[in-house]
Amino acid sequence: MAEIRNYTMNFGPQHPAAHGVLRLILELDGETVVRADPHIGLLHRATEKLAESKPFNHSIGYMDRLDYVSMMCNEHAYVRAIEQLIGIAVPKRAQYIRTMFDEITRILNHLLWVGTNGLDLGAMTMFLYAFREREQLMDCYEAVSGARMHATYYRPGGVYRDLPAQMPKRQETRWTKGKDLQRVNAWREGSLLDFLQHFCDDFDSKVDDYETLLTDNRIWKQRTVGIGTVSPERALQLGFSGPMLRGSGVQWDLRKQQPYACYDEVDFDIVVGVNGDCYDRYLVRIEEMRQSNRIIKQCIAWLREHPGTVMPKNFKVVPPTREEMKEDMEAMIHHFKLFTEGYIVPEGETYAAVEAPKGEFGCYLVSDASNKPFRVHLRAPGFVHLSSMHEMLSGHMLADVPAIIGTQDIVLGEIDR
Amino acid sequence: MTAVTRYLRSLMLVELFRGLSVTWRHMVAPKFTLNYPEEKTPKSNRFRGLHALRRYPNGEERCIACKLCEAVCPALAITIDSEQRDDGTRRTTRYDIDLFKCIYCGFCEESCPVDSIVETDFHEYHFENRGENIVSKQQLLALGDRFETSIAAARRQDAAYR
Repeated sequence: MAEIRNYTMNFGPQHPAAHGVLRLILELDGETVVRADPHIGLLHRATEKLAESKPFNHSIGYMDRLDYVSMMCNEHAYVRAIEQLIGIAVPKRAQYIRTMFDEITRILNHLLWVGTNGLDLGAMTMFLYAFREREQLMDCYEAVSGARMHATYYRPGGVYRDLPAQMPKRQETRWTKGKDLQRVNAWREGSLLDFLQHFCDDFDSKVDDYETLLTDNRIWKQRTVGIGTVSPERALQLGFSGPMLRGSGVQWDLRKQQPYACYDEVDFDIVVGVNGDCYDRYLVRIEEMRQSNRIIKQCIAWLREHPGTVMPKNFKVVPPTREEMKEDMEAMIHHFKLFTEGYIVPEGETYAAVEAPKGEFGCYLVSDASNKPFRVHLRAPGFVHLSSMHEMLSGHMLADVPAIIGTQDIVLGEIDR
Repeated sequence: MTAVTRYLRSLMLVELFRGLSVTWRHMVAPKFTLNYPEEKTPKSNRFRGLHALRRYPNGEERCIACKLCEAVCPALAITIDSEQRDDGTRRTTRYDIDLFKCIYCGFCEESCPVDSIVETDFHEYHFENRGENIVSKQQLLALGDRFETSIAAARRQDAAYR
């Protein structure tokens, strides 16, 4: 009699549904997953080690590249850790800008998630619609920082530059002229805040569209309801955070529990699921987009009424403006010192965490009173979520693997670091 | 919702037709896409693209080889050698940027005390041979000459924020 053996197969590292370079070794019994073993490290870039050999500010740009779909949240954790050690006060306006851009980042991340997860499970249209809205938000990123993704916008002490008073406009071409040109430039007439206001007013109806396409759709429900169920107790034991934890019904959100930036001044709700399956986590993320939209609207209103500085006048940490640098000898010396040596961070250790779109993104920073960090450790939510892969997958069918990888919302950039 | 209505709705494929109505609406709505090489998305005046070295209006290069950009570059993409010129001024003899290493963070432009090294809004470039990723001083100055109008305009627009 022939021996019946489980079949072991490789899922990834180049599988389009593996969301990056995740290699998953699946042991299958027929079509049922018996064991799932994620292999990581294919995108390891030694960010933590690199940061030890560079002055503090140089690593801000590398934080963008960790979780490359929620760029500014990563920067936020890192600059907050530095700020805590230095004890520098951040201007209110900068805090509001950070709050606003953290929420823009959340929408960016959830849009990408709902688009790609839809694509994984056979909903092509969602991908196109989600990327259309992402395009608008990327334009906001570009307007403030000059880069559509890797912004390097947050700095210890505030943000690099204030919000621009004008948005770039589309040029007239053979295809777009007259009325068409007016239509495509309608949002771009005013400042960045005006542009965002238009976006926010419009966005809720866009989320309604996504929900019409997916929420009641029978194929979507068949692929997600009851898949990858995690009980609230187990979710806590596994160290989940973010939508993965809230999807299981645990009311935990760092923005409420340990408010940072201006989250204690804006009004929003924590979204929780009930069953803890893929479908509930989808609903949580969709509703989080609406809540983020609410926060952005409040930030816009505040920012319109309170102009001011976005960086403190502390030349030991923050470089002087270009005008000061060119006219004042002392400012010039500070400029040279800051861009060669950087600044000295007092000895000590600290942990700063932000509620990144994927969960708790934290930065543990040890300084030995030099201009470079002694040790940087980054707590990536995706790493913790990926560790539960075996538990979430076992017993499910092979076709549920993309659904569960998708629902964990992993980005290998932050997992491998 | 009673079981009967739920059954009827399910039988009539109500939610699928609702979804289809969204896609139909988008099919007749004005398109969001653009014809890329001819049409382009607008770029911010803070855009960080390909690097360039600028000159003063009298044609003299701005760079004074202070090497701040070399020191501040997180990716160590910039290499500078300098020498005293015959007229006594300090100038670079070599200014190489390795575009494979560069992470386009904009720190070099931020650090430059004479507004010499800038990141232009030009991003549509490519390499055809190995080694072309290293841009030399002559190439950077040529880029600066080529884009000077747009570089100066963008810096002027953004002057109040820098």
